[in-house]
Amino acid sequence: MPKPAKSIPDSDRLVKVPTGITGFDEITGGGLPFGRPTLICGSAGCGKSLMATEFLVRGANEFGEPGVLMTFEESAADIRKNVSSLGFNIGAMVERKQLVLDHVFIDRNEIEENGEYDLEGLFIRLGHAIDSIGAKRVVLDTIESLFSGLNNEAILRSELRRLFGWLKERKVTAIITAERGEGNLTRHGLEEYVSDCVVLLDHRVIGQVSTRRLRVVKYRGSTHGANEYPFLIDTNGMSVLPLSSASMDYKVSNLRISTGVPELDMMLGGKGFYRGSTVMLSGTSGTGKSSVAACLAHATCRGGERCMYFSFEESEAQILRNMRSIGMDLAPHVAGGLLQFHASRPTVHGLEMHLVKLHRLIEEFKPSVVILDPVTNLATAGNVNDSNSMLIRLIDFLRKKGITAFFISLTSGGKTPEGTDEGMSSIVDTWLLLSDLESGGERNRAMYVLKSRGMPHSNQVREFLITSRGVRLVPTYLGPSGVLTGSARLIQESKDLALETSVQDELRRKQLMLDHRRQAVEAQIEALRAGFEAEKQEFSRVVATQRSKMSQIEADRRATAKSRRVASNGGSHR
Amino acid sequence: MKAKSKGRATHAGGGAVAGRPSSAAGRGGRGRGKKSDDWILRLYVAGQTAKSLIAFRNLKRLCEEHLAGRYSIEVIDLSQSPHLAHHDHIVALPTLVRKLPEPIKRIIGDLSNLERVLVGMDLQPAAASKPLNPLP
Repeated sequence: MPKPAKSIPDSDRLVKVPTGITGFDEITGGGLPFGRPTLICGSAGCGKSLMATEFLVRGANEFGEPGVLMTFEESAADIRKNVSSLGFNIGAMVERKQLVLDHVFIDRNEIEENGEYDLEGLFIRLGHAIDSIGAKRVVLDTIESLFSGLNNEAILRSELRRLFGWLKERKVTAIITAERGEGNLTRHGLEEYVSDCVVLLDHRVIGQVSTRRLRVVKYRGSTHGANEYPFLIDTNGMSVLPLSSASMDYKVSNLRISTGVPELDMMLGGKGFYRGSTVMLSGTSGTGKSSVAACLAHATCRGGERCMYFSFEESEAQILRNMRSIGMDLAPHVAGGLLQFHASRPTVHGLEMHLVKLHRLIEEFKPSVVILDPVTNLATAGNVNDSNSMLIRLIDFLRKKGITAFFISLTSGGKTPEGTDEGMSSIVDTWLLLSDLESGGERNRAMYVLKSRGMPHSNQVREFLITSRGVRLVPTYLGPSGVLTGSARLIQESKDLALETSVQDELRRKQLMLDHRRQAVEAQIEALRAGFEAEKQEFSRVVATQRSKMSQIEADRRATAKSRRVASNGGSHR
Repeated sequence: MKAKSKGRATHAGGGAVAGRPSSAAGRGGRGRGKKSDDWILRLYVAGQTAKSLIAFRNLKRLCEEHLAGRYSIEVIDLSQSPHLAHHDHIVALPTLVRKLPEPIKRIIGDLSNLERVLVGMDLQPAAASKPLNPLP
């Protein structure tokens, strides 16, 4: 017989039977106890019959275990109709011998009790149904109807006790549904007999929004999640939402993803966000947060990856139009299947429904980036605590999948920009702040990185501009009177430009003057040199003349001396 | 379920008909012709248990007293034909069903309270000494 391979069959270990209900098997660590009856109780309309029926349907379809549905209240036709909206085709399953439906009808008016009796007829019917298809799962819904049909409670109770023992002997896993009692778990105290596993369903309305909760009150022989878990019922049946990854053991990535705004990438260590991290962008209304988100979406899609945009304020058409006006055309990405928008008001359904929808859509589409715009709106669908816990669940889910999350948070003006309602500030990895700066009669926007875990980031406040060519972050302008933005900055910039120009002019002028001076000086030098040359020549001429004179005199003297000598030789010895 | 009947089958107590209750039809009265106003009663049991034997005995006695000659009892053993439990909507055993005359009436139990059986089956007592209020 096909047994689900959940745990190694060991005669001492408690074997569990998977229900196939999303999330429930996780809470119970494998499903319901094998071969034992489980009690599902709750007030009217909680979804007990539905949960029980889904247990049977999935058991037959997914785990190959046929089942018997013995119903005491609704007729077989009613049940078929009720669950057809969930996509369960009971009629076909009955034909394929996966399911047997038995409607046990006890009309108080028709029945008269006289003397001793027992409920052997019920046993025979159930036994016959189980044997006819080899059923492994049984649902008795709602066996408490017997109490309203039959008078003799003593007989009824003893037979019920016998029934549950009989079910155990037959080794079928059974679900018994029962109405919630005042002060007790069930109206007729069935929890005395069915106490191996008790599940309580609840359906309450909080702030006009209805939420469903499930709690495993008792599970003999097994640990189980003992909290209340929200669940919902939609076209795929029941989904329970356990807090995923309570152990926070997800992997982290070292890779980075561009923010779509190059200057912002620079501010974040030069590369952008870490993949799989959680980013929050907060700011007051009208600061341009959606535009930043759209930049991220645009960059992601341009890189060939998928992005999912959940909008709780604007419609898809609005966002596309608005982004086109600043030079970003997202329509081709939508057409190409890389970008998906989901727009809905948060108050349309409860938080749990939102979370499950998000889960489902993300599982199907498998995006790399998920944008929630804005996240603060979700608080209107529940109270702040619930919204907080729901966001934590979502963040855990996204982190586990390695999806980069971008949350937009709307802060109301007047509060300190660092205060967030949801207390999310400590959970997110990167926090960008868009703030308004009012000065000189205008409001300008500035952005800065409040924190970014795991990377060096700029601590500067940059001016945030939305132009017709997209989003730009202009580097800070430090004038003599501090940081300047907007038109003050432009004025100062032009002033500085003028100053610079005039300084340049001054320099040029001085340069010219210097050149002139040089020329003048050079001319002077020329003149002096020329004069000097002339003097030198004069001097050498004079020297030459003197020299020639000297040599003439010398020649004359010599000639005279010679003539004297000659004269003396002939006559001097007189 | 067979197991139960085994334990108690030996009390073939007091039953007028030899106690193998498998679709044994007991007829009372003179002829064998079935008249149109004959009562048709069905007794559903699960094997030979004490309750089923008591019920049968009580029923027989009642029929002999008040319906002499115009009744027929059919005993259906659900342990032999379990599919009939679903078909005929039987939950408790033993169950007595009056098929004819209409409307169909049911009584569950071993029929120890004979007077109430009369009331429940809307049976006019044969003996005048037992006046009973007719049922609505």
